[in-house]
Amino acid sequence: MSEQNGTILRARGLVKRYGSVTAMDGADFDLYPGEVLAVVGDNGAGKSTLIKTLSGAVLPDAGEVWLDGKRVRFHGPLDARKAGIETVYQDLALAPAQDIATNLFLGRERRNPGISGFLFRKLDSKRMRAEAQRVFDELGIGITSIQQRVETLSGGQRQGVAVARAAAFGTKVVIMDEPTAALGVAESAKVLELIGRIRDRGLPVVLISHNMPHVFEIADRIHVHRLGRRVAVAAPAEHSMNQVVGLLTGALVMGEDGAITEAQHAVTAGLDQ
Amino acid sequence: MGRWGPLRLLAIAAAGALLLAGCTSERYWGGTNVAEEGKAKVGLVTKTDTNPYFVQLREAARKQAAEQDVEFSALAGRFDGDNAGQVTAIENLVQQGATTILITPNSSTGVLSAIEQARNKGIMVLALDTATEPEEAVDGTIATDNVEAGRKQGQYIKAALGETDPQVLLLNGTPGSSVDTQRRQGFLEGIGLKAGDSQILGEDSANGDQNMAQESAENLLQRASDVNAVYTMNEPTARGANAALRPRGLDPLVGSIDGGCQGVGDVQKGDVDATVMQFPAKMARLGVDAAVEHARSGKKISGFENTGSVVITDNPVPGVPSQNTEWGMRNCWGDS
Amino acid sequence: MTTNTADNSKKYTRAQLGEYILRTPAVGPALALLAAILIFSLTTDTFLELDNLSLVVAQSLVIGTIALGQTLIILTAGIDLSCASIAVLATLVMADLAVGGMPGWVALLLGIALTSAIAALNGALITAIRLPPFIVTLGMFTIVTAVARIYSDGQSIPTTDGVLRWLSTQRYLFGGIPVTNGMTIALIMVLGLAYALAKTAWGKHVYAVGNDPEAARLSGISVRRTLLSVYIVAGVIYGIAAWQALGRVPNADPNAYQIGNLDAITAVVLGGTSLFGGRGSVLGTMIGALIVATLRSGLTQAGIDDLYQDVATGTLVIAAVALDRLSRRKQ
Repeated sequence: MSEQNGTILRARGLVKRYGSVTAMDGADFDLYPGEVLAVVGDNGAGKSTLIKTLSGAVLPDAGEVWLDGKRVRFHGPLDARKAGIETVYQDLALAPAQDIATNLFLGRERRNPGISGFLFRKLDSKRMRAEAQRVFDELGIGITSIQQRVETLSGGQRQGVAVARAAAFGTKVVIMDEPTAALGVAESAKVLELIGRIRDRGLPVVLISHNMPHVFEIADRIHVHRLGRRVAVAAPAEHSMNQVVGLLTGALVMGEDGAITEAQHAVTAGLDQ
Repeated sequence: MGRWGPLRLLAIAAAGALLLAGCTSERYWGGTNVAEEGKAKVGLVTKTDTNPYFVQLREAARKQAAEQDVEFSALAGRFDGDNAGQVTAIENLVQQGATTILITPNSSTGVLSAIEQARNKGIMVLALDTATEPEEAVDGTIATDNVEAGRKQGQYIKAALGETDPQVLLLNGTPGSSVDTQRRQGFLEGIGLKAGDSQILGEDSANGDQNMAQESAENLLQRASDVNAVYTMNEPTARGANAALRPRGLDPLVGSIDGGCQGVGDVQKGDVDATVMQFPAKMARLGVDAAVEHARSGKKISGFENTGSVVITDNPVPGVPSQNTEWGMRNCWGDS
Repeated sequence: MTTNTADNSKKYTRAQLGEYILRTPAVGPALALLAAILIFSLTTDTFLELDNLSLVVAQSLVIGTIALGQTLIILTAGIDLSCASIAVLATLVMADLAVGGMPGWVALLLGIALTSAIAALNGALITAIRLPPFIVTLGMFTIVTAVARIYSDGQSIPTTDGVLRWLSTQRYLFGGIPVTNGMTIALIMVLGLAYALAKTAWGKHVYAVGNDPEAARLSGISVRRTLLSVYIVAGVIYGIAAWQALGRVPNADPNAYQIGNLDAITAVVLGGTSLFGGRGSVLGTMIGALIVATLRSGLTQAGIDDLYQDVATGTLVIAAVALDRLSRRKQ
């Protein structure tokens, strides 16, 4: 317990190897309540392996994960979900031909009370629609109708549905993988706003992104991942965008004391696996 | 238009259709639609549309119907053994108001109840080419006597072999079909063998299909290659057998049944030694004529009308009456 | 939407109509069926009689029922090439057991158990070893067809059993339309399946799995269990289709319904279900089967030979798939 330091999600010494390739090499991770933590790193730095480990999609070879102070071991995304960690995948994991309410409750449908639900397995569509509507209203996501099919929505609206689902069911952590990657300027701004609102409801958000301006706009802290491990934790309030880019390319290094200095072998940048 | 717009449209259309149905049904309710008084309306239901034999039968019937100036439509099962398809065809012809249905029944028992319903409505049903079991299920049958046709093939082969002990392969048709059973039975009678005799080196079902026949023959020859005679259930089967025999340098006596122009050509080329010709065009003509007579006078034909069969060969043997291939070419699947 | 001009609202309505048709895939086929009925009613004297309409329904029951099972499988983006051959084997087993002296209802239940078991085996191979449904069911089609011929010795097996024939032996007049038990059973099945697909979590999962199996998995749906359940339910349906077949022709024949597998797919496609999975309805499938029977009946009444009837059916199939594709490209 003493190791917790008030984190909600914490990992130490995570290792994952795929054959001869080491995707994660002793990675650490800390997420505190009520914050938006951005995870940045170059392509191949191993941040997606880290995220998959935290969301249960990858079982690490070594290392430990704690959720709310308790040691956890996820054997699949369902384990993580049951523990309260919701993930918004880059391809959103929505069923495009189904309507918004159905997607929101996909895999977690509510049945009618009484005989019709128990014996005839009838779903409580009315209640699910109402609940979906409430979630969308609370998060301020604008849609014409909760019964619209997802494939008729814009990219940003779809992202909104996926985020709303995570927000509705996540009790501990929401992880978002590149939520703005496929979106235009206006839609991106809306999604960032949405992330802020989720944080304001008290749910911490892990945001994986390549987009530095977006990261600097919304994140409270920045986890910099490089060569399979965390090399620095920066904060938009204290560091510049250039410094963070320098850290993730290896041009700059952060010392134990948090001081940033120029790396001795800056040419190593770009030699990630 | 509201959310229920299209559904409402649908409902209105459906109601309209039902209303329309109600009106017309009053006109026709309960009765068959008899065509113009005294005028025949003929429906033909063949086993398939793909077999050239049935195509010949169909075209002959169509031609005869045109000459007699009667309405005609042709339907078929979609594959050999398509009972449900033939039942549907009969039902639809009854509904159409046919006065006579000519049918080459697929599986003899499968379509009986549909035929019975048609007959109950006063429609004359004649079996063409293939008899039903029991034969009385239809008003009459116009067909080749298949036992006789098989017997003629057997007699020819027996006579052509002379003193030599037969060593025979049998390439049969679709298992369970009456045509197959009767031809095989006739052949064995004609050649003087019984099932299980050691002179029968092997037999297989080829469903009357050339490719299957080739495969069957190849497999049988693998086991026993010293054959001197091959029974084939029809001419495509004979062609398949030849495709298996020739590359192996074998040239036994090959007998067949059908008498299609291509089959006669095979006899002319020497690929097949003799084929027993049947006369589908005659069946079609007699069938249509009977339909016309029935519509005019109400008289139905009954019993079995044998349209006959003739051995076609260029190597006639004593004791087996035959015609040469020149005659065969003039009359193939014809109306002799 | 502050300036709701006339032009604007018209567009909105048209979009809504398109949306409605996409959401309710049975509407298109239903309109096509009504159009066909209308055309044949006007062009022939004999098509539009209650007796004939009843006949058309009876003619579409067997393939229509098989196609209901096929619909479930196609909704999961799978396909079943063995569906009709499984039903044919069941007709032989049911008829044979009844001939052997077993009570008809026991023979019926054993037949349904058999079709369920074979379909479950299909499902197990597809989910456990992750083989493509096309290959598994193609293999199963070949095996089951052969087993049917071996079992029956190539002979057909007539049945006189009252239970096995029950679906067509009694006819009731319903508003003047002759209705058989087979039609009632088919209607109950369509309603039951439509309910299960639209109103239960299982149905939502079937659609989701067909739509995007990975998304379904990440949403917490057990894709394997859903698929397996779909194949088993389809198997039960094939068993009932076998019962319908014995009602229609009380003579089980190993050579029957040789292209029933494809006929079932035809009905599914004409019914507006997408071969790409995730969209469609069982109601549409029944309508698809009715369209085929209507064409056959109507064109016969009009005196048109059946090869042209096949041309018409084939054209409709291609048109239906093209419509499916085009409607989705518009998105």
